[in-house]
Amino acid sequence: MKVRFRDVSMRFGDVQVLEAINLDVSEGEFVCILGPSGCGKSTLLNIAGGFIEPVAGEITIDDERVAGPDRRRIFVFQERGVFPWLTVEGNIGFGLFDLPESERRARIAHYVQLVGLNGFERSYPRELSGGMKQRVEVARALAVNPDVLYLDEPFGALDSITRLQMRSELLRIWQAERKTILFVTHDIEESVQLADRVVVLSARPGRVRRVVPIDIAHPRDLSSRRYLELRDEIFGEIGLAHKI
Amino acid sequence: MGCPMSKRANIQHSTFNIQHSSYPLITAAALLLVWSAAVHLTATKIFPSPTAVAKGIAQLAVSGRLWSYTIDSLGRVAAGYLAAIATGIPLGFLLGWYAPLARAVNPLIQMLRPISPLAWMPLAVIWFGIGNAAPIFLIFIASLFPIVIAAANGVRNIPPMFLQAGRNFGLSTPRLMLRVVAPAALARIAVGLRIAFGVAWLVLVAAEMIAVDSGLGYLIIDARNAGKRYDLVVGGMLLIGILGLILDTLMRRAEAWAAERR
Repeated sequence: MKVRFRDVSMRFGDVQVLEAINLDVSEGEFVCILGPSGCGKSTLLNIAGGFIEPVAGEITIDDERVAGPDRRRIFVFQERGVFPWLTVEGNIGFGLFDLPESERRARIAHYVQLVGLNGFERSYPRELSGGMKQRVEVARALAVNPDVLYLDEPFGALDSITRLQMRSELLRIWQAERKTILFVTHDIEESVQLADRVVVLSARPGRVRRVVPIDIAHPRDLSSRRYLELRDEIFGEIGLAHKI
Repeated sequence: MGCPMSKRANIQHSTFNIQHSSYPLITAAALLLVWSAAVHLTATKIFPSPTAVAKGIAQLAVSGRLWSYTIDSLGRVAAGYLAAIATGIPLGFLLGWYAPLARAVNPLIQMLRPISPLAWMPLAVIWFGIGNAAPIFLIFIASLFPIVIAAANGVRNIPPMFLQAGRNFGLSTPRLMLRVVAPAALARIAVGLRIAFGVAWLVLVAAEMIAVDSGLGYLIIDARNAGKRYDLVVGGMLLIGILGLILDTLMRRAEAWAAERR
């Protein structure tokens, strides 16, 4: 197992946020953590990233206990996480400070290409659209060659068309780079489109309600029967009839 | 949105067919006219006319004092101001970074800050005696607090995700300071630096009234004491104002540059 959550619990003051989370994620797997706002899913990701210490339980990666942030596992925020004072190149090369210049150049060029930002190497984030900024952040994370990516509602601030494009981009990149991905979202459709497995959390305190394997090959047909079945199953699990 | 904007632009064009950049010149010309008229109409013997002031400044230029005084003043401001940057920015970083330290030191800063820099004059003379050090110290004290406070606020208000990202990529604390904290706080620090410079320039005149015998501040006090040369008093004021305007413009440029990279 790549990432292993064992009885992870979290409390802020008197508020129990997460309760005994158990979850195993295998190498190269794409797992979506899905839950309503305030269920503690971002907290769970921050614990996995080593930014918060849980009150009980532990997370291990390759059987090694997570004790702090580590550049082998990179956290991707919404596009606001890019550094506005650095160019696209500067952002993507941010974590490569210990590489020789030539290798740094090569890596930056590779990831500029991978996320399709050719021609924007010298642009500043303020000159880019939201989707492009998000690409910069993903490229910045990938450039240090991490084995796990944590994405915290990365496309939440994008418009719905860009969001769809970014999802297929992410899948393409994931298939090319084979990283283990933990992806937090409150969007049911998004989770069924992306994940190998969807971990459904309950409202606060967050507990694992169910783990739903999405047994549809990529690229996924969003009007196929299986897709709709799985989607409605999760809607049902969360207690929402899929009607307005 | 576009429509009312263009309408307004049209109105401005039809009524005042003059470049905006020439407005300040018109104001200056009007002021000179009123000043000149007032001096002649009241037939005052004390307050100089614009021409008298211009002659006074020309005299200073010929004697070489215009340049040497300006350079001495700029040198003192630069020394005090740069010393304030060199101490204020690291101190502000510490206060912004370590919240407990800020809580411990903040009351002291808030107590010292409202004391006019001029109140330090007697102490400055006792500590540093006659010479450049006393006015430089006053300029240092005056510009220190705005810089410390701006740097501390700049550091404290960095979006947490920038710091989190920096840590995530394995930056040591010194590296994090250099590569994330400093650039992220730069825009706020730049505002503080400009404000501090304004205060430093303001204090210059008073600072040069003690302990030194050169500089634009000294020029004013000396011109009054030695022979009631009010043409030189007003000339000195104008020189300080004009230099201040030029320096402030440069600082604003730098500030806009820093703000752009947020």
